[in-house]
Amino acid sequence: MAEKTYIHGTSPRQRMTVGAILIVFGVLMLLLFTPGTEAGQTAKFGMNLTSSAAIKIPDIILPVQTSLYVLSFIVVFLGAFQMARGIRSPGALFGIVAFAFVAAFLIWATKGKSLSLIGMLTSSLVRATPIALAALCGVISERAAVVNIGIEGIMLISAQASVVAATLSGSMALGLFVGVLAGALVAAFHAFLVIRFKVDQIVSGVAINIFATGATSFLSSKYLQHQGSLLNNSGTFPIIQIPLLSKIPVLGPIFFENNLVVYLMMLIVIVMHIVLFYTPWGLRTRAVGEHPKAADTLGINVFFVRYVNVIVGGMIAGLGGVYFTLGSVGRFDEVMTAGKGFIGLAAMIFGNWNPIGAFTSSLIFGFADSLQVKMQILSVPIPSSILAMAPYIVTMIVLTGVVGRAIPPAADGVAYEKQ
Amino acid sequence: MPPVLELREISKAFPGVLANDHVNVDLQEGEIHCLLGENGAGKTTLMNILYGLYKPDSGEIIVRGEKADIHGPNDAIARGIGMVHQHFMLVPVMTVTENVMLGVEEKRNGVFLDRAKVAKRIREISQLYGLEVDPDAYIKDLPVGTQQRVEIIKVLYRQADILILDEPTAVLTPQEVEGLFKVLRSLVEKGKSLIFITHKLKEVMNLADRITVLRNGRTVGTVIPGDVNPEKLASMMVGRDVNLVVQKKVAKPTDTALEVKELFVEDERNQMAVNGVSFEVKIGEVLGIAGVQGNGQTELVYALTGLLPVTQGKISILGEPLKRTTPRHILERGVAHIPEDRQRHGLILSFPIHDNLVLCTYYKPPFARGINLQQKKIISNAETLIDQFDVRTPSIYIPVSSLSGGNQQKVIVAREFSRPIKLLIASQPTRGLDVGSIEYIHSRIIEKRDEGTAVLLVSSELDEILALSDRIAVMYRGQIIDIVPAAQASKEYIGLLMAGIHPDEAAKAAPVSSGEEVERVF
Repeated sequence: MAEKTYIHGTSPRQRMTVGAILIVFGVLMLLLFTPGTEAGQTAKFGMNLTSSAAIKIPDIILPVQTSLYVLSFIVVFLGAFQMARGIRSPGALFGIVAFAFVAAFLIWATKGKSLSLIGMLTSSLVRATPIALAALCGVISERAAVVNIGIEGIMLISAQASVVAATLSGSMALGLFVGVLAGALVAAFHAFLVIRFKVDQIVSGVAINIFATGATSFLSSKYLQHQGSLLNNSGTFPIIQIPLLSKIPVLGPIFFENNLVVYLMMLIVIVMHIVLFYTPWGLRTRAVGEHPKAADTLGINVFFVRYVNVIVGGMIAGLGGVYFTLGSVGRFDEVMTAGKGFIGLAAMIFGNWNPIGAFTSSLIFGFADSLQVKMQILSVPIPSSILAMAPYIVTMIVLTGVVGRAIPPAADGVAYEKQ
Repeated sequence: MPPVLELREISKAFPGVLANDHVNVDLQEGEIHCLLGENGAGKTTLMNILYGLYKPDSGEIIVRGEKADIHGPNDAIARGIGMVHQHFMLVPVMTVTENVMLGVEEKRNGVFLDRAKVAKRIREISQLYGLEVDPDAYIKDLPVGTQQRVEIIKVLYRQADILILDEPTAVLTPQEVEGLFKVLRSLVEKGKSLIFITHKLKEVMNLADRITVLRNGRTVGTVIPGDVNPEKLASMMVGRDVNLVVQKKVAKPTDTALEVKELFVEDERNQMAVNGVSFEVKIGEVLGIAGVQGNGQTELVYALTGLLPVTQGKISILGEPLKRTTPRHILERGVAHIPEDRQRHGLILSFPIHDNLVLCTYYKPPFARGINLQQKKIISNAETLIDQFDVRTPSIYIPVSSLSGGNQQKVIVAREFSRPIKLLIASQPTRGLDVGSIEYIHSRIIEKRDEGTAVLLVSSELDEILALSDRIAVMYRGQIIDIVPAAQASKEYIGLLMAGIHPDEAAKAAPVSSGEEVERVF
């Protein structure tokens, strides 16, 4: 019997190629970032938000040139190690390299100046909120095997509905309720089409997006713009500081000094994780998403599980819509979701259809978003239109599957046909 | 004693077919009742009615003396009826425990899943019936034999005492089949009653207390194994006499037709599925490749027929190394392919029969002249072949999708055999076919061998391999672990190899050769 060793794992050639690419990448980092730096120059990263700081922690001050050399060296070293021995976890490898690159970029951009790192991380979480809510909507429906690419549209409709309701009634709570309800209704419509009538799930989702863009833009230009103060001026949720928790250095200002929508998002992440993996409903949901026929033969109502999950998903996306208006600027602008629903779907995939995974990958997208804003403020010598592409570029890198392919629920996107 | 279950005068029609026509079956307490019939005889329909997946048009179901209305699986489960489906109803990415509790979850604090409690119950059931399984293992990591045990545990966990097993042996090695039978007997001893659905005669003779034969949706009769022999059962199933022994002379191998050296092939997920395989097939012999499905046989055949790229290694056809491996290039070298998935790789389902019969040759004279197809030639070709290969169809103009599985397979055989070939690669050539069609296809394959064709036969049915092959290669995890002459090969030895036992170990446990020519009944 011939014994061959490489049944599993990557081939030697693939290992060499990846290693070589990393070495070239490390050298490029050095060539890209060191020109224009001077010996002795430093970059200062602020670690305190001025408002609330019970315990001050020191700001990080880094020597620019040394740091850049060290970071480039790490990447080159990883490349060499990969060529020589091979690194087991491609995810960890990619993570470290991505971190080194972002760190080098930040240090280069901040050379001779200072940047509030905490401020940037705080705004990352805030900017990640609608992305995470879209991703969570995706997780809960796709775990039951219903693809919903109409999340973008649901968020637009909810954004508009909530701001109008809040302005007319003067009640933020009613605005929130109407936004969530609008999300549930649109999702219920989607569920009805794809579950009852087995309409192609992508087609239905696209239809929702087109309808939402058209309808909200029409209503906006016809009514909201002319009577802005009457219809489109709700104000925003206040920032709530959580006692004690918000005083924790670094984490406090990031996580515990936010508005209602952000807190709800974090709560949903935790609740959804528990429901999916520790309760009967979650077990049934996952079974319906993986092998609906098996669930059916055990007496589980596949259609009911799907309806409930898609509609709950719609409510979560509706909350995402509320973020744009009541949670952020207090008024509705045309197409203000700007693709966040789609980025949310990317975050869902990158997060491997897991609530916590979806949340953490939303943070990456949120970080890319907040990075580009900060860079414009620091007046980095890169055109702002190019910087603004950052979140979308990250989306594309993630979706190419560079970082290991995620495995969707087996029945994802397939209508269930009872015999 | 009254029967524990009675199906009375059950009828069910689907558009165009009467799947069940006044069928009567009764099950006594503590018996194994086999439901025997060809594909399409209505066995599965009947059981799906019993399990509440279909609604019968007429007839009644009586459970323990009471008329039962079964509208869905829940009703069946509530009456103690459990079903082990032919295609396992298990979620691969979940654990054994999760699969078993699905739908009847135990709860902690009224909300959370209580996995520990269920795992404990599973261990108790395992112990009681000899169904060994690790409750924390993931289904996707378990061999099919163990997955089947999980299915049985699932049914027992729901406290079923009437168990329906739908073709449970289709995916098992001979040893696993033995293990399953042992479990089934212990279930019956402990008072369970079983309905066992199959089309394999030997299993029935081996296991059943009583046998009910179905044909074309009707009950042919209920018999006791002691009163019948396999031939009698086969003729009850098919409705005419069937010859169960493949008639063949001793092979006279001559030149090498196919030589494979150190072949490596990656499957569609880039896993090495064929892992250094070498063998040769001579003109005038049948080399059978035995093995449990999913051990690289599919990928091996795909590579030989150009459907998957060769990662490494050499293939020579008639002494010439193969340089280009496009399917057409290979076909033109005189290779015929009866593919494993006939509907995906063998036929274009929506095309009429006459076009399907020239799929390999349509671009050459006489079927094409320049860029024009010669319709008349194609039609007359089809008419001849339909006759010659006994394809039962009202017309050659209807799409092949409307033919039965057996007739679809005959269309493929007719197409491949109607051109000059030197090597026949037949993959699962009789899967899902009825006894009559199996008999026909087997005799055509042997006929081809005797005309001077090399035959590479891949099948997961060990009986088929034994009946047709002159030499048998056993494949396990992408490697051929032994090649033995077929005439005297012992079924036990090959079964052990199929389960991955090393040839030296297997030879200790079972004789390599049974020492005499045995009559091979498929």
